[in-house]
Amino acid sequence: MAHLTLTHFLVISALLFGFGLLAVVTRRNAVAVLMGIELILNAANLNLVAFGRYVAGGISGQVFSLFVIVLAAAEAAVGLAIILTLYQMSRNIDASAATTLKE
Amino acid sequence: MEHAEHAAHVAQQLGPLATHAVSYLWLIPFFPLVGAVINATMGVRLQRKFGKGLVHSISIGAMALSFITACVAFATLLGLDSEHRFLQDTLWNIFTAGKVSVDLGFALDPLSMMMTLIITFIGTLIHVFSTGYMADEPSYWRFFAYLNLFIFSMLLLVMGDNFVLMFFGWEGVGLCSYLLIAFWYTDPQKAAAGMKAFVVNRFGDFGFILGLFLLFWALGGAWHKAPDGKTTYVETDSHAAAYVAAARGEGHGTPHVQVGPTLNFRQLRDQIVITDTGVAENLKSQTVFGFGLLAMVGILLFVGAMGKSAQLPLHVWLPDAMAGPTPVSALIHAATMVTAGVYMVARLNFIFALSPTAMGWVAFIGALTALFAASIGFFQYDIKKVLAYSTVSQLGFMFIGVGVGAYWAGAYHLLTHAFFKATLFLGSGSVILGCHHEQDMRKMGGLGKLMPVTKWTYLVACFAIAGFPWASGFYSKDEILWKAFTQEGLAFPFLGMTPHLGQIIYLMGIIAATGTSFYMFRSYYMTFTGEYRGGHGDEHGHGDDHGHGHTHVPHESPRSITFVLVALATGAVLAAVIGIPYAWTGHAPLLEAWLEPALPAIVKFAEASHSTEYLFQFIGVSAGAIGWFFARMLYKDNESKVPAQLLERWKRAWTVVYNKYYVDELYQGTVIRGSVGLARALSWFDKYLVDGLVNLAGSVTRAFANIDGAIDRYLVDGAVNLVANSTLSAGSILRRVQTGRIQTYLYGALVGAIAIVLINFILQ
Repeated sequence: MAHLTLTHFLVISALLFGFGLLAVVTRRNAVAVLMGIELILNAANLNLVAFGRYVAGGISGQVFSLFVIVLAAAEAAVGLAIILTLYQMSRNIDASAATTLKE
Repeated sequence: MEHAEHAAHVAQQLGPLATHAVSYLWLIPFFPLVGAVINATMGVRLQRKFGKGLVHSISIGAMALSFITACVAFATLLGLDSEHRFLQDTLWNIFTAGKVSVDLGFALDPLSMMMTLIITFIGTLIHVFSTGYMADEPSYWRFFAYLNLFIFSMLLLVMGDNFVLMFFGWEGVGLCSYLLIAFWYTDPQKAAAGMKAFVVNRFGDFGFILGLFLLFWALGGAWHKAPDGKTTYVETDSHAAAYVAAARGEGHGTPHVQVGPTLNFRQLRDQIVITDTGVAENLKSQTVFGFGLLAMVGILLFVGAMGKSAQLPLHVWLPDAMAGPTPVSALIHAATMVTAGVYMVARLNFIFALSPTAMGWVAFIGALTALFAASIGFFQYDIKKVLAYSTVSQLGFMFIGVGVGAYWAGAYHLLTHAFFKATLFLGSGSVILGCHHEQDMRKMGGLGKLMPVTKWTYLVACFAIAGFPWASGFYSKDEILWKAFTQEGLAFPFLGMTPHLGQIIYLMGIIAATGTSFYMFRSYYMTFTGEYRGGHGDEHGHGDDHGHGHTHVPHESPRSITFVLVALATGAVLAAVIGIPYAWTGHAPLLEAWLEPALPAIVKFAEASHSTEYLFQFIGVSAGAIGWFFARMLYKDNESKVPAQLLERWKRAWTVVYNKYYVDELYQGTVIRGSVGLARALSWFDKYLVDGLVNLAGSVTRAFANIDGAIDRYLVDGAVNLVANSTLSAGSILRRVQTGRIQTYLYGALVGAIAIVLINFILQ
């Protein structure tokens, strides 16, 4: 079992961020976009924890990531509620079709 | 009648006028002004709501208050000793510009006091008369507003202590006269009469104001009398006006006299009357274009008086002014306004007395007018026209008085004339009202039985004007003619001293007096004796538009009218008391003594014995008696056939006189046609030259505007539109980028981030 270094964490985190971004940019389904955002947030969480462990020490990185998890939960709740309403309005959750606020 | 006082005058050096300050004089003109303002602004509503009673109550109340205030002032004046009878009430300074300083100040000396009492007393009575005469008039309020405004202006004229206020009043009475002559303005003839009065007066006013300027200019500096007797001219600075001490330094105050240009009558009087200032000497020695300055000033000022007081040749407006309501004729065109000229000459006695030429001019024009107007009066049939020419003639007598230097006699004739002529006019008004607005004496006759009060008062006034010793007219007219006869120091313009001018004037005056008696009694006999000649159902010639539905028998006028007639006739008799001549009583007439301080001019008259004076009084009475006799013979009871025969024989002469010597036609041919011709020429000039120029300028401007418009439309607008259009098209291109889709933006952000990373990588 090789020793885990900061680089491993950062690679995983970068991959997570890349997948998240890819999901946000490419998916038309609003729930999938939301999931992509979750991935990006979790990539950031992984970074916070990893830097907290290897660089800064202490628990401040973990505390930050907890806040981000709470925030993500709240964001998911609001986002899903909006998507639900959107669905009720137009029987559709295609993000690019939700243009009623435009102009 | 050369009494001791005159001698004393000469011997004694006159001092400056002592003034007595009071604070209520402004109330005298103020009350009529308030009455006028109330009736002018609210009269129409008051009349509709509360009836005519309130309208005339306001007016008469204002007049009565004014009269009472005048009486208070009179009592105050009487309480002072004769040297100090001068009430002054200065309210504020109206303006000061350079050497001109004008105060809103009122002054009452014995002369203006007399005028003020006449104006307010007779004015009040005529207001009362008007309530009866104008009872059927729809715009009653307007009439009373004008009357009150007139009284205000007249009081301003009389009481103002400087030329500016006097001139303001002078124009004010002219305006009111115009408004009242043209009171029934829907009748074009009456409106034209009003305009005629106004325009003719303008000619006079022009002379007046020129005289005023000339006098002011002549005073433009100060004169010092050096010990060697030489008078030197010192141009004064307005802020440091020269003060010259009068030689007589009496105890009270500092007898300093301000010398220099002034508009104030008192300052003018002081500097001219006090010989030590040298002003009088200097004025006498000055000439303008080789013509005596004072003579010129006097003649020009008198031109103003000629207009206002209807003297030859500016008399033409007064007979036409009879188009106005009869109370107006009585108040304005007989008793008060037309005497303004006489008042002005008497007011400026100290200036006129310095120039024999000015005196001769005034007296001669007066005599000529007296004679001329009397002769026209002979043959008029309109009762008001007779009275109008009589007024012109009597004004001529007044000017003889003030012209020959008998200022008090002129003023006295003014007073007596105010009473008897007001009586005559109001009597004629009563007759006109009784005959349902018939003014032609040929359609009257026999009214004595029907209108006894009017008849008797008219007869009394006739005796007064004809000069019978039981009424006042005799005393004033006789005094004037006597003074004219004894005056030897008159000069005629361009002819120099004319020693017998006084006698010539006397002769003209006595003939005019005979004529006066004749035409007045003629009007009396034609109107009141014989049988009533008024036609039935004859409706043309009703001047004043009212009086329908009555029976066509003349009737006595209402109480308000007869009361006034009796009061004025009584005045016409009693006014004799203040003018009983020196030769009868041994002391100066009351009025002369009263006016003495206001008339400081020193005028010399020839010495003559009392018996000569009695003789002349006898001639005066017999002149009146002759006129009366012939009038009675020819016109009593309308029985005599002689007038008709005489008329046939002298048809041509009669036509000339009946047509007033064609003076109106002369004016028509010269002044009016000249003005109209000039107006036509100017109109042509305007139409073709001025209008052409203006139109040319207009078209040039329009052409420029068109070019300018094209530049605007195509160049400026094009540029603006180009900017707008390019912005619009740029916007429509650029808006495609703004899709509103977050994912598109994210692509952009991603590409940008990758690009930055790559550039960073490459650069390293």
